[in-house]
Amino acid sequence: MTTTSIALTETPQVRRTLALADDALVLGHRTSEWTGHAPLLEEELALANIALDLIGQARALYQAAGELTGHSEDELAYLRDPPAFRNALIMELPNGDFAFTIARLLLVSVASDQTWRAGFDDPALSTVAEKAMKETTYHVRHAAEWLIRLGDGTDESHRRAQDAIDALWPYTGELTTRRDPWLRAVAPILTRATLRQPNDGWMQSGGRDGQHTEHLGHLLAEMQILPRTYPGSTW
Amino acid sequence: MTLLRRARAAAAAVTDPELPPLTIDDLGILRDVQLVNDTVEVAITPTYSGCPAMREIADAIEHAVRESGAEKVRVRLVLSPAWTTDSLTETARHKLLDLGIAPPDKGLGPEALFGGRNVVCPRCGSPNTERISAFGSTACKALHRCLTCREPFEAFKCH
Repeated sequence: MTTTSIALTETPQVRRTLALADDALVLGHRTSEWTGHAPLLEEELALANIALDLIGQARALYQAAGELTGHSEDELAYLRDPPAFRNALIMELPNGDFAFTIARLLLVSVASDQTWRAGFDDPALSTVAEKAMKETTYHVRHAAEWLIRLGDGTDESHRRAQDAIDALWPYTGELTTRRDPWLRAVAPILTRATLRQPNDGWMQSGGRDGQHTEHLGHLLAEMQILPRTYPGSTW
Repeated sequence: MTLLRRARAAAAAVTDPELPPLTIDDLGILRDVQLVNDTVEVAITPTYSGCPAMREIADAIEHAVRESGAEKVRVRLVLSPAWTTDSLTETARHKLLDLGIAPPDKGLGPEALFGGRNVVCPRCGSPNTERISAFGSTACKALHRCLTCREPFEAFKCH
């Protein structure tokens, strides 16, 4: 193993696989940052479990990408620089408050759940999807229950939940190419949460092409420092 | 006994690090044991994508199969067909109950966790229970509480 970043030739199939893998890894890492900080014990366990599901999905997807590129899952996760990451920008945004974390989890999980259920021609991705959709079922449900509780809760929790949805909305354009079914799934949850659905206006994009916010570099620095400093180390 | 049969018995006896009374065979994690040339190939499947016990289970299998006389062992992770709670054997269900963990209902997917699934208390047998959280101490369990005997308990998720 080397600390030098790897260079990839990205066929459309590699790019698609990496986009799914990077989405899962980056959101999994962000979600894991709540460990030790969640507002109550049950939520601590829930967020840690969800992070673990996402990182497990990322591993399976990097293995699939590894079959195509000849790189190990560790090399793909640890030895690429921010511009080589294909995740949607929404995954890398800092956690913010609990409402922001939950709102993002909902918006992303609904998209992921639909992506897994829509199926793939690629047998490697179908295999991952078969397993991942069972997990996203739980993620969608958990995030929806919380968003409804926050939106339909106190003035303070409602304000924070609405602020989160408003701030996140421009980042949802990158999530899925099938926006109508996504909107149809998200809308009734927002309604039950007494939250206003923002209008679809100008959308942030660039993550799929490697144009990231400054936040991804900081996240990767923390995630990658150990394998880059001590190449090939095990523990 | 042939090497393959010994290897298969050794692999099947490996226990889950989180639920030591249950073997990987009970849990349906063990998929296949084959002899490919001179290598024993063991296929296992994770309960959840991120199950952190898989690494430990794979190491334990390798050790056990070597002890059974095999010189070369390879443990392979397979994802398809995906593990479901229906992969649990009857023995596993009884052992879970003995551990105070409610076994999952048969033939039900994740949606059962949120619908009218009546989880029976593994301690007193009362069906009068409530879910505290869909996420428990491991990815495969949820937290529940018995409203009759008041004991909190874990339930294996339907999956």
